[in-house]
Amino acid sequence: MMASSYNAKEEDGQLSGAAGSGGVGAGKSKKPDNTAFKQQRLPAWQPILTAGTVLPAFFVIGLIFIPIGIGLFVTSNNIKEFEIDYTGIDPASPCYNCSQTLTWNSTKPCVCKIPFTLEQSFESDVFMYYGLSNFYQNHRRYVKSRDDSQLNGDASSLTSPSKECEPYRTSDNKPIAPCGAIANSLFNDTLTLYYINPNGTESLVPLQKKGIAWWTDKNVKFRNPGGNNFNLTAVFQGTSKPVNWQKPVYELDTDPENNGFINEDFIVWMRTAALPTFRKLYRLIEKKNNMIPTLQRGNYTLDITYTHFPIQCSDYPVRRFDGRKRMILSTISWMGGKNPFLGIAYITVGSVCFFLGVVLLIIHQKYGNRNNSAEIPN
Amino acid sequence: MDCSLLRSLINRYCAGEENWVDSRTIYIGHREPPSGTDAYIPQRYPDNRIVSSKYTFWNFVPKNLFEQFRRIANFYFLIIFLVQLIIDTPTSPITSGLPLFFVITVTAVKQGYEDWLRHKADNAVNQCPVHIIQHGKVVRKQSRKLRVGDIVLVKEDETFPCDLIFLSSSREDGTCFVTTASLDGESSHKTYYAVQDTKAFRTEQEVDTINATIECEQPQSDLYKYVGRINIYQDRDEPTARPLGSENLLLRGATLKNTEHIFAVVIYTGMETKMALNYQSKSQKRSAVEKSMNTYLIVYLCILISKAMINTVMKYVWQSDPNRDEPFYNHKTDSERQRNTLLKVITDFLAFMVLFNYIIPVSMYVTVEMQKFLGSYFITWDDDMFDSELGEGALVNTSDLNEELGQIEYVFTDKTGTLTENNMEFIECCVDGHVYVPDAICNGQILTGTVGMDMIDSSPGAGGKEREELFFRALCLCHTVQVKEEESVDGIKKGLQPCGKSSSVYISSSPDEVALVEGMKRLGFTYLRLKDNHMEILNRDDDIERFELMEVLSFDSVRRRMSVIVKSSTGEYYLFCKGADSSIFPRVIKGKVDQVRARVEHNAVEGLRTLCVAYKTLAQDEYESVCKQINTAKLALHDRDKKLAEAFDVIERDLILLGATAVEDRLQDKAADTIESLHKAGMKVWVLTGDKMETAAATCYACKLFHRNTQILELTTKRTEEQSLHDVLFDLSKTVLRHCGSLTRDTVSGLSHDVPDYGLIIDGATLSSVMKPTEEGSSGNYKEIFLEICRNCSAVLCCRMAPLQKAQIVKMIKTSKEHPITLAIGDGANDVSMILEAHVGIGIMGKEGRQAARNSDYAIPKFKHLKKMLLVHGHYYYIRISELVQYFFYKNVCFIFPQFLYQFFCGFSQQPLYDTAYLTLYNISFTSLPILLYSLIEQHVNMDILKRDPSLYRDIAKNSLLRWRVFIYWTLLGVFDAVVFFFGAYFLFDNTTFTSNGQMFGNWTFGTLVFTVLVFTVTLKLALDTQYWTWINHFVIWGSLLFYIIFSLLWGGIIWPFLNYQRMYYVFMQMLSSGPAWLGIILLITISLIPDMLKKVICRQLWPTSAERIQNALKHSKRDNVSEFSPHSNLKTSKSKSSEHRNPQPTRSGRLSKKMMCTHWGGNDYCTFNSFFSFSDSPHNSSASYSDRGSGLETSV
Repeated sequence: MMASSYNAKEEDGQLSGAAGSGGVGAGKSKKPDNTAFKQQRLPAWQPILTAGTVLPAFFVIGLIFIPIGIGLFVTSNNIKEFEIDYTGIDPASPCYNCSQTLTWNSTKPCVCKIPFTLEQSFESDVFMYYGLSNFYQNHRRYVKSRDDSQLNGDASSLTSPSKECEPYRTSDNKPIAPCGAIANSLFNDTLTLYYINPNGTESLVPLQKKGIAWWTDKNVKFRNPGGNNFNLTAVFQGTSKPVNWQKPVYELDTDPENNGFINEDFIVWMRTAALPTFRKLYRLIEKKNNMIPTLQRGNYTLDITYTHFPIQCSDYPVRRFDGRKRMILSTISWMGGKNPFLGIAYITVGSVCFFLGVVLLIIHQKYGNRNNSAEIPN
Repeated sequence: MDCSLLRSLINRYCAGEENWVDSRTIYIGHREPPSGTDAYIPQRYPDNRIVSSKYTFWNFVPKNLFEQFRRIANFYFLIIFLVQLIIDTPTSPITSGLPLFFVITVTAVKQGYEDWLRHKADNAVNQCPVHIIQHGKVVRKQSRKLRVGDIVLVKEDETFPCDLIFLSSSREDGTCFVTTASLDGESSHKTYYAVQDTKAFRTEQEVDTINATIECEQPQSDLYKYVGRINIYQDRDEPTARPLGSENLLLRGATLKNTEHIFAVVIYTGMETKMALNYQSKSQKRSAVEKSMNTYLIVYLCILISKAMINTVMKYVWQSDPNRDEPFYNHKTDSERQRNTLLKVITDFLAFMVLFNYIIPVSMYVTVEMQKFLGSYFITWDDDMFDSELGEGALVNTSDLNEELGQIEYVFTDKTGTLTENNMEFIECCVDGHVYVPDAICNGQILTGTVGMDMIDSSPGAGGKEREELFFRALCLCHTVQVKEEESVDGIKKGLQPCGKSSSVYISSSPDEVALVEGMKRLGFTYLRLKDNHMEILNRDDDIERFELMEVLSFDSVRRRMSVIVKSSTGEYYLFCKGADSSIFPRVIKGKVDQVRARVEHNAVEGLRTLCVAYKTLAQDEYESVCKQINTAKLALHDRDKKLAEAFDVIERDLILLGATAVEDRLQDKAADTIESLHKAGMKVWVLTGDKMETAAATCYACKLFHRNTQILELTTKRTEEQSLHDVLFDLSKTVLRHCGSLTRDTVSGLSHDVPDYGLIIDGATLSSVMKPTEEGSSGNYKEIFLEICRNCSAVLCCRMAPLQKAQIVKMIKTSKEHPITLAIGDGANDVSMILEAHVGIGIMGKEGRQAARNSDYAIPKFKHLKKMLLVHGHYYYIRISELVQYFFYKNVCFIFPQFLYQFFCGFSQQPLYDTAYLTLYNISFTSLPILLYSLIEQHVNMDILKRDPSLYRDIAKNSLLRWRVFIYWTLLGVFDAVVFFFGAYFLFDNTTFTSNGQMFGNWTFGTLVFTVLVFTVTLKLALDTQYWTWINHFVIWGSLLFYIIFSLLWGGIIWPFLNYQRMYYVFMQMLSSGPAWLGIILLITISLIPDMLKKVICRQLWPTSAERIQNALKHSKRDNVSEFSPHSNLKTSKSKSSEHRNPQPTRSGRLSKKMMCTHWGGNDYCTFNSFFSFSDSPHNSSASYSDRGSGLETSV
């Protein structure tokens, strides 16, 4: 056994030597090039994952992840979030009446007022969301039911929208603008917020509607036809409003910079949510004064003004599919809204890594010696 | 020739219609034969157009598409594409249409171009001018216009345009020289003979007057077989009939050499030429890896179908609530509503299939093919397998079997030319018990031979002297060697004699004959040449003796002998016969049989090839009857071989034994070392040879197939004569199994020296009786027992094998119940059958032509190169391709499983998770290059170590890296990773925002996040698996990640005008602008990679494979002494090592011993450490063992 390996070595030496010297003379044309690549002898780094090498990595991961996790967790916990469900399933709820189809007449919009109390003041900027659940914005038929070139202001798509918009493509033989199921089901509850002063008077909390959509969406992806934001009535001549809408698209807002396809509420709605339970940014409440918190602790009222669906004859109807509507007030940190998951996950992974590091250390000490001892005789 | 016989022959053939079609009749020069001859049915022959192209301009598109869609991958893609076109599916038809279109187009363009080249080549060949004789004049014509029966004129260095019968030559003796390099690779000059009766027609006018017909068989593909007959009508009515054989047949593709011009008649044209018939493709061999790959594909197809079924069922369960099926915000169109339910279900099912279709890694086929194709270049490039003597390196004829080289369990090797050099050297001859050794004679002395040899002094009695000279003359005459004068040499020189007076070279297809003739020359009898059918010999007294060559009874492997009949100048007829002892002795009636036999056996044991020589004198009438017999047989169109053999059998009888010769065939360089390595690597080596048992056994000992302590089991005719086959078999199996019972199989097949390992010797006759089915049906039983015995023998020697038997053996092992992977290696035409039969066929570019190399899957210059081929290349390719296969399944599970999970959150609506571009490009560009590069250059252990430690080969035996366990592990890992990606992203997105401006992300951001994590995880997983990081790996791995990022930035960076959706616009950038997304990505990647890393580390620590042990050991040694084994320093160190080893005992340092251990680790059983310790503790001990083994290295008998 020993001896044969001995020979192999010796021969190796001779062989490589012979190849080096004799190669030049003999048959140069067919002789393979002796490059490192062709001979598969490229210089290479040959790392080996052993307990010894991986150990430090695990400890390092643990040491990095745990502080990050703690940081994330603390940040997430510091975020103030208030959520209120206004679906009106419970007959005691102020919104119960409005959500019943038959009880309201179509001329006067139904308004419901929900009082609530903030136990803590919200110090920084507050973001107001509406949340829907069990609403499948990610349904395939729904997701594709839009025409991006129409929304980008393409004139031909305005008059003949994409086939994907069916069955929300035409109404009364006129093309629908904006076409498709997404636009058609635009969320149309109007939320207003009142602060109830200690003296009992209500004061309107100013809600800002600019800056809720992605900048790129508002400025590039969505454009009114012809890039004209002013004479929208004329621009949308010959189109029909989506069937579920009460107003045509050019009457979504009075502000010409927020009207038509570049209406931010519309844009936000058009970005389909990933999961059936989602929230969408509705309004911003900006901090005005460093001295006064954005939302003081105290009593508030949420006014929900329902705009009825012409065909459905109801509020924004989610109850039929067991949906829920919520209003969420939340502050935001650098890591976004309240989400303990990331922090917990980081802490868990960090600790697991640390633990694995210890396990590996034990294994390395206990079993690694067996291998190591082998190389040192005696 | 008497005509009645011919008539009767013809009548016999005419009698049966079906017989008639078996042959064709050709009128030379389209000249009608004189009336009165038998009518024949005119046949239509194809023109001389060679069509190697596959397509024509018109059928290219349909035929090429059909060819391409016959491949499973393309077909699958096509089906998916069609489904996408027909029904409304979640992903656009582009996702599968584009890659399909790309692959199809590229392949079509490539094939079209190749075919165009073929057309061009065909045209060049078909239009090249040939000279034909018309009305006594030479006319130029295009080659394709040649017709059967035309007489053509071929000039020197021209290539024959079709298969021709040689009519006459510019050379006086009616011969011509031909090289067949483009046919069988043999560049030596071969002599062909013109038809006897026409060779006098020298000019075109004369040739045009030939009035003859040729009857011959219909074309067949065997290059070396031809039977025909020419009938020459001279002035008389009665035709002269002459046999035609392959020596008259000039094949298309061969080139005329050393002959000014020849005339020949066209017999086979165009696609009926032997060359064209030989271009039929060989049957496809598939590797074991490919087989398991296909099995896995079926598993994945089942997974795919079940996924689609689950989702379809779930969809309908979920949709049973109409508010879910069609909520107010999401109405169906009328046509959708009205659709038939069954149709809807089917559509949905197909849509899910399309959505998940990427789980079948179609791109794997493309990648595997590229890997095999590119990877095979490393074999051809390998410098170690380059033979400077031949000037050639290894050849790869098929790249489909690269990885199979790492799976070999049985090696079947030929002996002559494979294990041995096939470079014959005349050693001695023995005449009546007198031994002549040429060198000794040359020096004027006679060697006093081995003790106990019956040896008489150099001047035997007068009778002895006569016999001696007769013997020498016999050897000088009884051969088919040609002499080539020096001035005309431009072929390969064979056996240039160093000390001869004349500068001529002997050429023969058999090296033995050259060796013999040369040996005779050294003993004083020089064969000069064959001139005018007279053989000239220069005898000891420098007198020229002339013998007229009457007949040659040529050699064949069944008779194993050849004879010549010559007429001496004194008018005596002699028959000289030489052949294997077994075929000569039974035919001998006189002579000193016992002495010669003793000498032959003695020589055989020494490993020399022996031939016996005998003669008889023929009287005139005897000769004539012999002549008649032979001619009758030769004229037969059917069963000519059989009839000839019968005739020869009758003629070669009652011989007088003259003596025997011994020729040495030296072992090839490092044959023993290679065989030992193969043994250590766990392979069983079988030697299959046509040689006699003693010779073969001696070679086997010399090349270490058998060791001294190998217990030899014999299963030969000698034994079966004493006992019945049945008893012998049972005896042997008992012997073998007794040991087997107490030991595990591993140790039996291993090399542990205390266990006697078995070697079996079986001969062809016994083998055929073992294989022969008997009436009682007990043959299966014999076969089973035989296989059981073989399984327990580490080495088997099969001697006296016919070529077909070699293939039978291979087939028997191949189809035995374990289905082992077999390899056959050989150099000669007789090995072709087994090369084709075995899983992997390797040809040696030997001295017996290129037949084997042409038919093999791989061709190597020398047997020793097999070691590197299997241990290094095979090992690497197996490791690489198995990782490639597993990784492809893994990465597609990772890719598709999140999409499956997403269906549960989007109402089973077939909404894709990823954007179309990502779906399309994932397998094509984001994750394709790193694995391809990995599968080309990964090396887990340095190749020197693989070579030094063959036992590492056992690590990967039995397809170990593609077992179900491993496959399931990879799949589960993929599922785990997919779950991590999906639910990680899910919890990140769960009803909250993770941007600092409060804005929300949509479903495309969700998908992009998952996809980003996916691409990074999958690539980094490969990075973790990579153990050989060259700059290319770095470039490709980091490059493809960078490419993904750049692509995503670009893809979302602008509004693409040609797209009808802009869903990806700024999605990627928005995601990257959020801190938590970064943190989430890092977290998810880490979580996905940890389990695999942990598994690797723990397995390595607790249950290391031998390769891992080597790596560990290397690492430790490296720590002690830096980069001892790095590839760069390799050359240098190995040189210095070898110098150190010259005087090992005193200088052996601790450092060195450590190195030794590294190379030795992972032997068959890991207790070798102990032996090593003792080695380093007490050097003298080990040196003793060294010398012990060292002695074993030399010829042991």
